[in-house]
Amino acid sequence: MPQPPLLQISERGLYCAVGDFYIDPWKPVGFAVTTHAHSDHARSGSQNYLCAEAGRCVLQERLGAGAAIEGIPYGKKVTRRSVTVSLHPAGHILGSAQVRVEHQGEVWVVSGDYKLEAEPTCAPFEPVRCDTFITECTFGLPIYRWRPQAEIFDEINRWWRQNQSAARASILHVYSLGKAQRVLAGVDASIGPIFVHGGISRLLPAYAAAGVKLPAVQEMNAESLGETRGTALVLAPSAAENSPWLRRFGEASTAFASGWMQLRGARRRRALDRGFTLSDHADWDGLLSAISATGAQRIFATHGDTAPLVRWLRERGLDAHGLKTQFTGDAEEISAEPASGHTAAAEALLPL
Amino acid sequence: MKRFTQLYTELDQTNRTNEKVAALESYFREAAPADAAWALHFLCGRKVPRAVTSTALREWAAAESALPAWLLDECYETVGDLAETIALILPDTVGGLTLPLHQMVAERLLDLESLPLPARRKLLAQTWRELNANERFVWNKLLTGSFRVGVAQTLVERALASVAGVAQSAMAHRLMGLWKPREEDFLRLLSGAENDAGEIAKPFPFFLASPTQDPTALGAISDWQVEWKWDGIRAQIIRRQGEALIWSRGDEMITGSFPEIAAAATALPDGTVLDGEILAWTDAKPQPFGRLQLRLGRKSPSTKLQRDLPVVFVAYDVLEFAGEDWRARALSERRSKLETAIAAAAAAPRAANEEDAQRDLFERLEPATQRDFPLRISEILHPVSWEELSHRRMESRARAVEGVMLKRLTSSYGTGRQRGDWWKWKIEPLTMDAVLIGAQAGHGRRANLYTDYTFGVWHGGALVPVAKAYSGLTDEEILEVDKFVRGHTTGKFGPVRAVEAELVFELAFEGINESPRHKSGIAVRFPRIKRRRDDKKPEDADTLESLRALLLQNNRG
Repeated sequence: MPQPPLLQISERGLYCAVGDFYIDPWKPVGFAVTTHAHSDHARSGSQNYLCAEAGRCVLQERLGAGAAIEGIPYGKKVTRRSVTVSLHPAGHILGSAQVRVEHQGEVWVVSGDYKLEAEPTCAPFEPVRCDTFITECTFGLPIYRWRPQAEIFDEINRWWRQNQSAARASILHVYSLGKAQRVLAGVDASIGPIFVHGGISRLLPAYAAAGVKLPAVQEMNAESLGETRGTALVLAPSAAENSPWLRRFGEASTAFASGWMQLRGARRRRALDRGFTLSDHADWDGLLSAISATGAQRIFATHGDTAPLVRWLRERGLDAHGLKTQFTGDAEEISAEPASGHTAAAEALLPL
Repeated sequence: MKRFTQLYTELDQTNRTNEKVAALESYFREAAPADAAWALHFLCGRKVPRAVTSTALREWAAAESALPAWLLDECYETVGDLAETIALILPDTVGGLTLPLHQMVAERLLDLESLPLPARRKLLAQTWRELNANERFVWNKLLTGSFRVGVAQTLVERALASVAGVAQSAMAHRLMGLWKPREEDFLRLLSGAENDAGEIAKPFPFFLASPTQDPTALGAISDWQVEWKWDGIRAQIIRRQGEALIWSRGDEMITGSFPEIAAAATALPDGTVLDGEILAWTDAKPQPFGRLQLRLGRKSPSTKLQRDLPVVFVAYDVLEFAGEDWRARALSERRSKLETAIAAAAAAPRAANEEDAQRDLFERLEPATQRDFPLRISEILHPVSWEELSHRRMESRARAVEGVMLKRLTSSYGTGRQRGDWWKWKIEPLTMDAVLIGAQAGHGRRANLYTDYTFGVWHGGALVPVAKAYSGLTDEEILEVDKFVRGHTTGKFGPVRAVEAELVFELAFEGINESPRHKSGIAVRFPRIKRRRDDKKPEDADTLESLRALLLQNNRG
C-alpha cells in the first residue's frame, strides 16, 4: 500500500497525520505549529501552539494571554509521535520560521512566508535541505524583483525630508506586524520625530523583549502633536487611512510600503502620493534561489497565483504543483493581490 | 531624456494639482526648447508613428530578459501595461545614456522605422541597456504610443501660460493651432509671435456645459436660451483666408471626412468661426452615433457614402465674424448674427466642389434650398416655464437627442468647463437589471483587478451577453466584485473569467438598437453600472424579450 503523503491539505489546514499536528491551520485544532504571527497563519482557537521562541511574545500578543504557546529555539528538534519537527529562520518577521518535518528519513519543509534579504528585526533566512518543499509564492512573477532595501530607505528618508521642507507630515502606511518595525529600524531616526498607530505600538514591547533595538517613538498628545507639526513620520496600518487619528497630523503626504507597490497601477489605485517597494516576501529571484538551495525535487507552491512558478519549475525538470490553501497573503494587502494570469490561447469568451 | 524622466516621475508621484503644475513649469523653464517641444508633444497626447509592433516588442523583450514568451504574457496580464511590464522584466542596467530628449526621439525613435528589422531590434535592445529602470519605462511609453501621465491638458496650458506670462485661455488657443515638436515652434508658442499659416487654422478652445438635474435653481427660464442636446461630433468650422477647415473637439482636423460641410462653409463670409455639432441626418432626424462614426472613419468618403450617409452641421454659436473675435459678446447678440450668417450662406449660390463641377452650370447657380444645405442652425425652444420644458424634454428619445441645453442669454463664450452659464439637462438613462457573467482584469489604475465586466439577461433559460461595462462602481465595490470573481470562477477563456450567475446589477444606458453583429441581436449605447442590486436574485434579472420591448418603445416615431 502506498504511504499517504507526510503532509496533506485537510479541511482545517495543512495536516501531518503521522504526527497528528497541523501547520498554520485555518480552523481551531488540537496542536498547531505556527510559522509566524500574521493573522492568516496564526488563527486563534487551537488548544496548543508551537512556535519559534523568538516569536513567542508577538504570537501571544496576537492570540491573547489565554493561548497555550510553547516556544522552541531555532534548530531544536522535538518529536511528535514518530515525527521530528524543527523550526528554522524564515527571515519574514520577528520569530518567523520554516517548519522542517522528518519521518523515516523523508524530509518536508514548509516555508511559511519568507524573504532572503537580511534585516535587523529578525533572524535571517536559512536554507534547509529537504525532499519536498512547500513554498510561498506571493510574488511569483519576474516583474517582482526587489531593489536593495538601503536604496528604498534612502527614498523614504528623502521623502520625509522633502515633506518637512514643505511643512507636511509624512504618513507611511505599513503592515502593523513586521513591516512597521522593519521601517522603524531602517529609517534615519535623526531626521525627526516618529509616531506610530496604536496597532503598532502594542507590538513594540514584544520586540523589545526579543532584544530588537528600535528608535523611540512619540507619545500621542496635544503637546507632542503641536511641537512636531509638519515634521513627523507617522506609521499606520492602511486600515487607519482617513481615520480621525491620522487627521490630527494636519497636512500630510501619504505613502504605502509594500511589495505590491512595484506596480504603478497598484500605486495609483490607492491614490497615495508615494509607493515604496519594500516587501517581507521573497521576490522572483528569491523564490528561485530558495527553492534551489533546498535541493528538493518536489515543490508545492502556495499563496497568490502559483501557476507561472509551477510551470517554470516543471520546465526545469522539478515535480512542481500548486497547493490550494486559505492563506491570503498579508491581510492588509489582499486588496492589492493581482488578478491571476492565464496563458491558454485566447479564446473569444462571451462575445456580445 | 534624464530631465524628461525626472518630470515624469515628479508628475507620477503627486496627486496635488499645484505640484504637478509646478513640476511642469520648472521643466519648461529648464529644458532646452528643442527637448521641451517634444515633451509638450507627448504631454498633449500626441504620438509618433509606431516603429515596433507589440508582438515584436514582446518577443524582443522576452529574449533580452531570457524569459519564455508565456511568462512575459503572464506578467503582462498582471501588470496590464506592456511598457511597464518590459521595463520591469529587463535585466538591471546602470544606465548612462545622456542624450537629450529631442535627440533620443530623432535618433532612436523616428529613425527606427527606416531600419531593417534586425537593426531595429539591435538599436532598441541597445537603448534598453543604456537606460536605467525609470528611463526605460518612460522610453517604452513613448515607443508604444501610450504616454499618459495623468496630467490634464489644462494643467499643461497653465504651466506653459505661466512660463510665457500670458493667460491660460491665450495659451490654450495657441496650443490648438498647428505646431510641430520643433524648437522654433515651441519658442513661438511661448512668445506668441504668429506664423500666419498656423494662425488661420486655429480653432478656439471649446466652451463646455456642466450637467444639471434641477434647472429650477437657475432662476427665470426667460434668462435662458434652450436648445436640444444633439449627440454627434462637436466641431468648429474655421472659415478664414479662402479656406474652410473643420476641427473636432478632440483637437483633430476632420475636414476631409466631411467635404460637403466644408464646401458649404465656403459660402460663409471670410473670417467666420462657427461652433456646432456634426450629425448623420436622414429623414429629418439624426441617426445613431454609430452611423456617424462610419463617416468619421473615412478620411475622404466616396460620393456613394456621402449620398447614403448624409451629414449636417448644426450650428450653435458664432465665435468670430468678419475677422473679429465675438466670444466676449452676449449670447443673444451672437445668436442673431449666427442666424443671419447661416441664412445668407444658404441663400448664396452654391460654391463649386468636385461633384458639383460635373453638374450643369445652371443647376449649380440655383440657390440651394434650406432642405439640402448642410449648414443648419440649432433650433431654439421657447418654453414659458421649467415645467413646460420638463415635458418637452421627454420628447428627447423620440427625437434622438440627449436632452436639452440651457445657455444664459447674457453669457459670453468661455473656455473649457466653466460652471454657471452653460448647462446640459440630460434625460434619465434607460436601465435594465442584468447578471454578471464574466470579468476581465482592467488596465492602468485598475490593472490586476477584475474590473471589466460582461453582463447577461435571460433568454430561453440561459443568460445571453448584452453589455460590457467598466464604470460606475466605487473602489470598495470593485474590490468586493474582484473577490467574488476570484472565488466564483467557472472557467477561464484567455484573460476572461466566466463566473457563477449570482450578482445582479442595474445598468444604465443611453440607447438601444438592433444589431445583427451581436449574439443577442441588440446593442446598447454607453452602458455603465448604476448600482448593485443585492436585493434581487439572478432569476429576477431582465430578459431579452423585455429589452426588445424597450427597443420598440423607444425607437418609435
